[in-house]
Amino acid sequence: MHPHPEHWITTDQNGLYCAVIDAYIDPLVPVHRAVVTHGHADHARPGHDEVFATQQTLDIMRIRYGEDFCKQAQALEYNQKIQLHQAEFSLVPAGHILGSSQAIIEYKGRKLVVSGDYKRHADPSCKPFEVVPCDVFITEATFGLPVFTHPPIKDEIQKLLNSLALFPDSCHLVGVYALGKCQRLIMGLRALGYNKAIYMHGALLKLCDYYVSQGIDLGPYIPVAEVEDMASLQGEIVLAPPSATNDRWSRKLPNVITAMASGWMQIRARSKQRRAELPLIISDHADWDSLITTIKQVNPAEVWVTHGREEALVHQAQAMGYKAKALSLVGYEEDESS
Amino acid sequence: MRAFATLVDKLYFTSGNLAKAALIKDYLKTTPDPDRGWAIAAIAGTLNFDFFKRKLIKDLISERVDPVLFDLSYDYVGEMSETVAHLWHSLPDDPKPLQQLPSLSEVVAKFAQGNKAQNRNYLIQLLNSMQATQRWALLKLGTRGLRIGVSARFLKKILAEYGQQHSQEVSIEKIERLWHGLAPPYTELLSWLEGKSAIPDVSEKVVFQPVMLSHPLDEKSLPDIVPQDYIAEWKFDGIRVQLVISEHGKAIFSRTGDDISHSFPDIMQNLDHQNISGVFDGELIVIQPKEQQNQITGVLAKETHHIGSFNQLQQRLNKKKPSNKLIQQYPAGLILYDCLSLHKKDLRQLVLTKRKQFLKSWFDNQPYDFIHFSEELEFASIEQLTSLREQATTLEQGYIEGLMLKAKDSQYVAGRPKGAWYKWKREPRLIDAVIMYAQRGHGKRSSFYSDYTFGCWQQDKLLPIGKAYSGFTDDELKQLDRWVRNNTIGRFGPVKEVNKALVFEVAFDSVHESNRHKSGLALRFPRIHRIRWDKPAEEADSLETLKSMLSQ
Repeated sequence: MHPHPEHWITTDQNGLYCAVIDAYIDPLVPVHRAVVTHGHADHARPGHDEVFATQQTLDIMRIRYGEDFCKQAQALEYNQKIQLHQAEFSLVPAGHILGSSQAIIEYKGRKLVVSGDYKRHADPSCKPFEVVPCDVFITEATFGLPVFTHPPIKDEIQKLLNSLALFPDSCHLVGVYALGKCQRLIMGLRALGYNKAIYMHGALLKLCDYYVSQGIDLGPYIPVAEVEDMASLQGEIVLAPPSATNDRWSRKLPNVITAMASGWMQIRARSKQRRAELPLIISDHADWDSLITTIKQVNPAEVWVTHGREEALVHQAQAMGYKAKALSLVGYEEDESS
Repeated sequence: MRAFATLVDKLYFTSGNLAKAALIKDYLKTTPDPDRGWAIAAIAGTLNFDFFKRKLIKDLISERVDPVLFDLSYDYVGEMSETVAHLWHSLPDDPKPLQQLPSLSEVVAKFAQGNKAQNRNYLIQLLNSMQATQRWALLKLGTRGLRIGVSARFLKKILAEYGQQHSQEVSIEKIERLWHGLAPPYTELLSWLEGKSAIPDVSEKVVFQPVMLSHPLDEKSLPDIVPQDYIAEWKFDGIRVQLVISEHGKAIFSRTGDDISHSFPDIMQNLDHQNISGVFDGELIVIQPKEQQNQITGVLAKETHHIGSFNQLQQRLNKKKPSNKLIQQYPAGLILYDCLSLHKKDLRQLVLTKRKQFLKSWFDNQPYDFIHFSEELEFASIEQLTSLREQATTLEQGYIEGLMLKAKDSQYVAGRPKGAWYKWKREPRLIDAVIMYAQRGHGKRSSFYSDYTFGCWQQDKLLPIGKAYSGFTDDELKQLDRWVRNNTIGRFGPVKEVNKALVFEVAFDSVHESNRHKSGLALRFPRIHRIRWDKPAEEADSLETLKSMLSQ
């Protein structure tokens, strides 16, 4: 096969297919062989025959889908190189969430990096993004518009603490994605000295327990279901998946102020749509500056842009002198995990 | 400027009124004059000039941002100020940035004094010295497009509460009386609110006076109405206004104190304080010529004319500068029913019958044909009163809403004093309609499907006729919410389409033609009267039935 990746990478309705390793990367439907970059539900789906991923990603899939989430799970250490079908294959940290990785494929001297989802902001809950120089860099573009600048997480957490100080009688309900965002927010609170118990919706428990089992200290947390007197939640922080913050579940909470932790919170209309009174701009994705910095550092011959706002990033990469194109992949949710 | 930007940002995202009030009071407490007064002006909408035009913002951003990236960003964000706030960055040959962020009052003063070129440079300097949220606040402030969900009335209420922390004598009525006599940055007002000086003197200014309001009359308290103690008047279907005129000026205010003079030049330009001087309480209406005598049974003294529809009035209300054509088509008029002062004499302490006498004797000799007088209606018994109320539906093609009952000995007291004034609306009209769509409410109701769109039958199709979100109890709301969730058959964004299976008995004040709904009809004040869990949807009313209830 011709060594240039454009001859061995294709997209179809199942997702991104790489012929030289004979595998789909983060496929949307069950396939015979899948590389899974991280555990978010839109990237990690059950029912594949063979799955290549980090141990932590496999653990997360097991927690979510049960023991038989695939026929054969193949755990890889970061930077462990293996021969897969016709190419050399490895995973390196992506800095997105615990266990997240970029997929590196080397075939006949050409190197391709599939970034998966990634970020460059500091995150103590996972290993930082590693820059891997390559010929073709496939980057995500979830926040691929110059309006997106993710502020330092401590500034955003401080907003939450300030609101607690200003409204000490209000229960502060924060919408967080169960995997990654939830734990990063808790760690951010702990880093600023918030030592009280944090209350949470049942859907967040298992993954918090898993993070703790991986040696990550989250401090005390208590399921709301175990709280007898709801009034005692005044002045406390309660975490819940975004879908539960404005629904029947949250009605029982006293005197609620609704916060939402997401990169989308930067845009006022999106915050209003989410009925967030206290928007916290906390994202596990790369913001616009990070996307551009990363492209410069990786300095590939070509940039291919996948899910998100491809158009603006392709335009920008071309303006920076890179050969760039959009790989249109559908089916990756932009909302919950961002 | 920093504190102001933080305040408007927080207000934008805060939905509860209590929380909003807390934020504003905290700001007033911690911010010096004259900054806080300018903030009040910005929120209440009393700033009277734009700092800069939208065009300038567009020009500046297109010098700094790749147009493709700007367009893609604008498409996504959907709002100009916010897009610019995020995308803004400095250029090498910009005027040098400011050492520190200036105060709000300094910003106001600079833009007020500057010429075009100076203001352009100053705007660049400011934007270069700011963070995104501050830039957003500045751009919204400067184009007077601050939309943060705080009305002028609500702000005055907050000011009153703030003042009451310092001084017993502060009340919202007093603030209302002063408001239109004061101008930003409101230092005298704030000083009085904090108990540091006497109440500002506005006696030589044209000022709105807080109005007296009525209670709805329910059938149970009807026997309490002793005929010889009350007068009855028609309740007209216009808007309540206050006309203030003296040698110092003239204005017409809505009942919430907004100056709406600019919308009614046909009234304002004609009035001369030599002929009319005082503070008058009345109804603003549109006046239409009768095409044939006796075509409409009317109540206006001038028999060639009748009261226009509320829809016609609405068109006048919505225009800041009405065209001559619109004025000719829908000329405005006033029906006066009370007066707070006349020829500099305060009448508020007098009893109603005395005030009406004074008003009437002046009215009989005044020259304006667009001013009418609300006559007292004869009645000697509750039966006669009841039949007057029934008459209301047939008069003025339905543009009489019912009756007003006012105690003869009532003084003019701001607010809603007990036992003084009552409104007795005519019976609502009712129609059985089928719920078609539901949407979540706001605030406390944000987790409930509480806004319902309903329709009537045209052959075997339902056509929407209106939307309602009131009239049911909290328990009924819970039941309806559950019903909606269990009967959803489709989704359009936030709107759920439901099974066409549940009938509402909808009460409304009137029905008129409108192109807002596919049915071509629209209801006034629709509310859910009863939920007909028992009634099959096919037995709901047809559009024809509703059409037959149209005002002529």
